[in-house]
Amino acid sequence: MSSKEKILAAVLENQPQLTPLPDIGIFKGKDQDIVQKYSDTFTSIGGRVFLVDGIAAVKAIIIEQFDINKRIITTLPQLDDTAELYSSRVDPHTFDDVELAVIKAQLAVAENGAVWLTEQLMGQRILPYICQHLAVIVSAESFVPTMHEAYTHLGVGQYGFGAFIGGPSKTADIEQSLVMGAHGPITMTVFVLKENINGQE
Amino acid sequence: MTIGLFIPCYINQLYPNAAIATLQLLQKLGVDIIYPPKQTCCGQPMANSGFEHLTQGCNDHFIENFSGVDYIVAPSASCVLHVKDHLHSDKNQEQANNIRGKVYELVEFLTDILKVEKLNARFPHKVGIHQGCHGLRGLNLAQMSELNAPPFSKFKHLLNMVQGLELIRLDREDECCGFGGAFCVAEEAVSVKMGKDRVADHERNGAEYITSSDLSCLMHMEGIMHRKKSPVKIVHIAEILNSSL
Amino acid sequence: MIQNRTKDHAALAEDFIKDEKRVDWHDGALWWIRQKRDKVAKQIPEWEDLREAASLIKSNVLSNLHDYLLQFEANATKNGIKVHWAADAKEHNEIVYSILKAKEIKQMVKSKSMLTEECHLNEYLLERGIEVVNSDLGEYIQQLAKEPPSHIVLPCIHKRKEEIGELFHEHLGSEKGESDPTILTRTARKHLRDVFLTRRGALTGVNFAVAETGEFVVCTNEGNADMGAHLSDVHIASMGIEKLIPQKKHLGVFLRLLARSATGQPITIYSSHFKKPRQGQEMHIILVDHGRSRQLGRVDFRNSLKCIRCGACMNTCPVYRKSGGHSYHNTIAGPIGAILAPNLDMKKHADLPFASTLCGSCSNVCPVKIDIHDQLYKWRQVIVKEGYVAKTKTIGMKAMAWTLSSPDSYTAAGKVGRWVLKNTPFAVNNKLNPWYKQRDMPGAPKESFEEWYAKNDLKGKS
Repeated sequence: MSSKEKILAAVLENQPQLTPLPDIGIFKGKDQDIVQKYSDTFTSIGGRVFLVDGIAAVKAIIIEQFDINKRIITTLPQLDDTAELYSSRVDPHTFDDVELAVIKAQLAVAENGAVWLTEQLMGQRILPYICQHLAVIVSAESFVPTMHEAYTHLGVGQYGFGAFIGGPSKTADIEQSLVMGAHGPITMTVFVLKENINGQE
Repeated sequence: MTIGLFIPCYINQLYPNAAIATLQLLQKLGVDIIYPPKQTCCGQPMANSGFEHLTQGCNDHFIENFSGVDYIVAPSASCVLHVKDHLHSDKNQEQANNIRGKVYELVEFLTDILKVEKLNARFPHKVGIHQGCHGLRGLNLAQMSELNAPPFSKFKHLLNMVQGLELIRLDREDECCGFGGAFCVAEEAVSVKMGKDRVADHERNGAEYITSSDLSCLMHMEGIMHRKKSPVKIVHIAEILNSSL
Repeated sequence: MIQNRTKDHAALAEDFIKDEKRVDWHDGALWWIRQKRDKVAKQIPEWEDLREAASLIKSNVLSNLHDYLLQFEANATKNGIKVHWAADAKEHNEIVYSILKAKEIKQMVKSKSMLTEECHLNEYLLERGIEVVNSDLGEYIQQLAKEPPSHIVLPCIHKRKEEIGELFHEHLGSEKGESDPTILTRTARKHLRDVFLTRRGALTGVNFAVAETGEFVVCTNEGNADMGAHLSDVHIASMGIEKLIPQKKHLGVFLRLLARSATGQPITIYSSHFKKPRQGQEMHIILVDHGRSRQLGRVDFRNSLKCIRCGACMNTCPVYRKSGGHSYHNTIAGPIGAILAPNLDMKKHADLPFASTLCGSCSNVCPVKIDIHDQLYKWRQVIVKEGYVAKTKTIGMKAMAWTLSSPDSYTAAGKVGRWVLKNTPFAVNNKLNPWYKQRDMPGAPKESFEEWYAKNDLKGKS
């Protein structure tokens, strides 16, 4: 008997009588002021939020806030004059020296400050994690109140990798002192775009 | 209504004043009380130590003593919880279940059954409430701090009726004192550390007395306070509620 | 400090408590985290309903685990993930080794996985020439200190920053005496970045695996799971079979509960959903039993398998806070450890269900509503019946049962006890009496209640 067969046989024998799943449709968030709620939550976690009218404003803030002499990578063709357009063909290790990555997210969750994006929006999976600083652009229409609405929007999904990212990386492992910047980015900036960005998934 | 007074073994032997206060308080409130004289122990110390299978003697004895009353009342939350949860009889489970349905700890009996709204009591001191875990999380004598649920406290409801009494606020409202039955000697170091921390919380916040529905907790804290010569004293809640004007 | 296997919880706790200042600090840190959890729990009006829903979802999982496992395997395989089954720790380790060996990988980076701690994977691989680096900062620190983690979420909660500074000075070349957490974290960041960039093999744990879609979710705050997985040629995920959830939408419930219960955060910074291997990468998942199917068959204890490893029970447990995770001599410590461990080795862990006052706080903070304190009580009965309790205790309990069930012996014993307390206190106020070590004995009243009642009862009833 293979281990698979052994395990399944033991589980089948020992599992209790079937009990039904609860209805989780009862959990609904409130739709009011969700961009503000998101912003309050995200800044309390240590992230930064900018409400902007368009891509031009994003560019201006990037130039002002980050060192453009260092390597800035983006997945947005609209930013290719300010940043280097990523390549899907290079070895992920070559992104080691990226100072800032500017990418899009599909949606944002007000209750916890997280954004959701799939590998298609990341460009390469490593990009949002290996950069020293992360900037994410998300449309103001793509905010949801809670994780329940987020998963309703996402459905089963057609991605190979997707992630919620909720702020700069952090740790409090040393005497419970919060330190921003563990192994992922040291800062995270979210641009809430009032105009809709095309090509979201 | 007739009440069977259940006096836990260690209260009977070591803290009779709490038992006397319980009896007198209930008599003042107009209830008929009988005290079955041959009662012994509910069996909790053995059951909590893993020896539930040895408690049939105590169970049978309890059932024999306390059948035929409307309610059974005890000044001890942990003993009442044990009876409620674990009273069991090989011969007469129906009778055991009947008893489990009518056994009450004193505080909950006063608030839920007698629905006391006024007490002729006076205790002009600063008092800290020690919420014993069995009473709190087992019998729901007050809201548990872990839960997202509306606050309430049967202790405070009654103590607010006592003249001159000032309730102090603790830093940790319902942390366990560390008595835990056999735990108090089997895990002596942890038990004492937990007790010391509870005592320090009361002292820090100005308690003159620590009260509770459980003398086991109080006995443990008293032992610690006496050892460090603390001026803080213990008093069972029955004695506060029974103190007359 | 190496795991001491001959001392029981009480003795290990006593050692820990000797340094009272350290205990107060450890206790305060964990209580603070409990308070953070309370704060966010009370901000969500539906919190208790969420707990109930999570509990019911997990009940359904346990009652249908066989089919969910097959469903997950089929979907994960379709996604291109290679699924393995390991009946026990040894088999799990062998599978990891064979995967790495096939790719000639000699160095692996690992993100947090309590399961691999349970299986002692690192030691197994090291003996076979494969070096593993724990990339979670707390686990990295513990690895440098050659100690297991003391808490499942906060691995080095028992360590002062000065001690960590010492370790970093010795192993990473940081300045002697440096203890600033930010500087130490940056030192680790730099060192571990090099590890991420050079390791072709990465192993992660699994927080949740979705049967419906064949994907699994890994939650971190540091980003270390992602840094390892997205740069590696081989990503191995180790998972206990009970970590399944039925449908993707259920993640909404669990991700809302997990971080709030664990640390008071609304969500972990990174909640990464792995569905297919990266192009050119191999992705493996190992489904591990190691005692779980046996626990599933224990009617009173199977609900312990609902655990989502948040650590809230440890943060609230006064015994854990004041005795430290290492005093539980088990990979998983605290209340949940005490109800899981006896299933793995009843003899070795017979003391754990007794390392509790049954206060019940753990059950109240558990996001999946495991009846932890009830299970602790029930394990005590099992452990006594199986004979894992000292003979002297059994004899003492039998004597107690006899005395307490007979009114005459009980009354006599009471009289004797009070007489001894009053007249010959030295008989009990001495070193042989553990109560007396740090507490005074209660005073002896002149008469018992029943004696008073017999004399004074006004109604004359008996």
